[in-house]
Amino acid sequence: MHSTTILLIEVGALLFALGMLGRLGRRVGLSPIPLYLLAGLAFGHGGLIPLSASEEFIEVGAEIGVILLLVMLGLEYSATELVGNLRAAAPAGLIDGLLNALPGAGFALLLGWDWRAALVLAGITWVSSSGVIAKVLGDLGRLGNRETPVILSVLVIEDLAMAFYLPLVTAVLAGVGLAGGAKALAVAVVTVIAVLVVAIRYGSTISKFMSVQDPEALLLSVLGLTLFVAGVAAELKVSAAVGAFLVGIALSGPVAHHATEMLSPLRDLFAAVFFVFFGLSTNPADMPPVLLPALGLAVLTMATKVLTGYLAAKRAGIALPGQLRAGLALVPRGEFSVVIAGLAVASGVEPRLAPLATAYVLITVISGPMLARLPDYQWFRTVVRRRMADRRRPVNPLPAGE
Amino acid sequence: MEQTPLPGIGVRHDLVTSSGRTVGVVSHRNGRRDLVLYDVDDPDSCLASIPLTDGEAEALADVLGASLMLGQLAGLRQQAAGLLTEQIALPAGSPFVGRQLGDTRARTRTSASIVAVLRDREVIASPGPSFVFEANDVVVAVGTREGLDGVTAILAGERDD
Repeated sequence: MHSTTILLIEVGALLFALGMLGRLGRRVGLSPIPLYLLAGLAFGHGGLIPLSASEEFIEVGAEIGVILLLVMLGLEYSATELVGNLRAAAPAGLIDGLLNALPGAGFALLLGWDWRAALVLAGITWVSSSGVIAKVLGDLGRLGNRETPVILSVLVIEDLAMAFYLPLVTAVLAGVGLAGGAKALAVAVVTVIAVLVVAIRYGSTISKFMSVQDPEALLLSVLGLTLFVAGVAAELKVSAAVGAFLVGIALSGPVAHHATEMLSPLRDLFAAVFFVFFGLSTNPADMPPVLLPALGLAVLTMATKVLTGYLAAKRAGIALPGQLRAGLALVPRGEFSVVIAGLAVASGVEPRLAPLATAYVLITVISGPMLARLPDYQWFRTVVRRRMADRRRPVNPLPAGE
Repeated sequence: MEQTPLPGIGVRHDLVTSSGRTVGVVSHRNGRRDLVLYDVDDPDSCLASIPLTDGEAEALADVLGASLMLGQLAGLRQQAAGLLTEQIALPAGSPFVGRQLGDTRARTRTSASIVAVLRDREVIASPGPSFVFEANDVVVAVGTREGLDGVTAILAGERDD
C-alpha cells in the first residue's frame, strides 16, 4: 500500500512538472522533447531527485511510449502513400541515408567503439524528427510551400527505412552477430512487404472490423491490437516498435483518422514518459566528457542534412531559396534517435553512447528549429538573391555607364 | 488545378492564374484548410497562409462558385449545360428547420448549390452558411439531376452520410 502511495506522488509530481515545462517551452517556441530529456537527467541516478518507487512504472510506460510513437507514425501514412513516395523519392532517400548514416558510423569507429555501436550511431544521425519538423513547417506557414513535399517525402522514406533498420539493430544488439542480423532483416523485409500488399489490397476490409461509431470500443481495440502485435513482434525478435508501425500502416480510412485522434493524448503522455526514462538512464556526470564530440558530430551531420535537403529539392526543380529552406528544415533529430539509442542502452553495448546521444539530440533539436527560421530573415534573403543574380550572369555583360 | 499529396498532412491544390500568380489550398487531414498565396519573387514559397474555418471556406466557395454558376446559367440553356434549377420546399418536420444552411453541407455532399431561398414571397439571394432556415422556406438549388435529388433528400433528413 505504502509503495503505491509514493508511486502516485512521484508520478503525479513528475507529470505536473513536465506539463509546466512543456508550457514554458511552447512560450519560447521550443519543442518539449529537449525539456523532457533534461527533466529525465535531473531526476534519477546521479540527478538531483532520485525516483525510487516509480522507476519500474516509468520503464513500462516508456516501452508503451515507443510503441505509441510508432503506431501513430504508421497511422499518419497510408500504404498507398508509402509505396507512391518510395517510387518518386527513392534517390532522395538514398542520398539522405548515405550522407547522414555514414558520418555517424565513421564517427563511432573513430572514437574506437565496436561496429555494433557504430551501427546504432549511424541510425541516430540518420533519422530526422518528423514530429518536430512537421510542427516547425506548420508554425512557419510553410505547408503550402513547394519544397515541403520534398521534405515530407524524405521523412517518409526515413520512417519506412526504420521498419528495416530497427529489426536489424535489435537482432545485432541481441548478440546474434551479422548472420543473425541479416536473418532478422530478411524477416522484416518479407513482413513489411506482406503488410504493405495486404494493406493496399484489403485495408478497407481490415478497417471494417473496427467500428468508428463507438469511440470507446475503437480505442480499446486499436490499442489492444497494437500492443498485442508489438509484443508478438518482440517475441519473434523483430522489434516491438516495428510491429506497432505496421499495425498503423494496415489501418486506413476513417478508422485510422479516428484512431489518430483518440491515441494522440495517450501518445503525448507515454512519449513524455519515454523521453524522461531515457534521460533517467543517463547519468548527468557522464555528460561533460562527451559534450565536445557530440557538438562536433552535431555540426557535421547538421551540415550533411542541409546538403541532403539541398540536393533533394534541387532534384525536384526547386529554386535556390527553396533548396536552402528544405535543407535547414531537415536538421532536427528527435524521437527516433532517442528510440534507437534506447535500444542500445538496454543492451549495454557502449556506456558512452547514451550520454552522447542525449547531448546530440539536445543540440540538434534545439538549434534545428532556429536554423529552419534562418531563411525567413531579410538579410538571408538578400544574400541568397544576390547569389542567384550572380549565377544568372556569371560574367557581367553590362559595360560601365557613361 | 494541380494536386500534390503531402504525406502525413493532407493534400495541396494549386493553380497558376492567367495573371501569373499562384494560389493554393492546403487541405489538412483533420479538416483544417489553409488558403495560400505564393510569393512573386520566390514562387516556391508562400507569402501568406490563411487558415479558414468551415464557415469561412464555405462562404468563400459560395461567393466564388455561385456567381460563376449564375453567370453560366444566364448564358446557356439550362438543359444544354446539364444543369437544372429547382425549387425545393423545406418539408414539414425537416431536421434543418431552425438550423444553419452550413449544417446541411449540401454543396460538399451533392455538389449542387443553394443559390437562393424564397420566404414569404421574398427572395433571399446567395444565402451564407450561417443563414437559418425557417418552416415553409423554399430553397432554390442549382445542380445536376442527381445533385438536386441529393439536396431534396438531405433537406428531408433522409441522408446522413
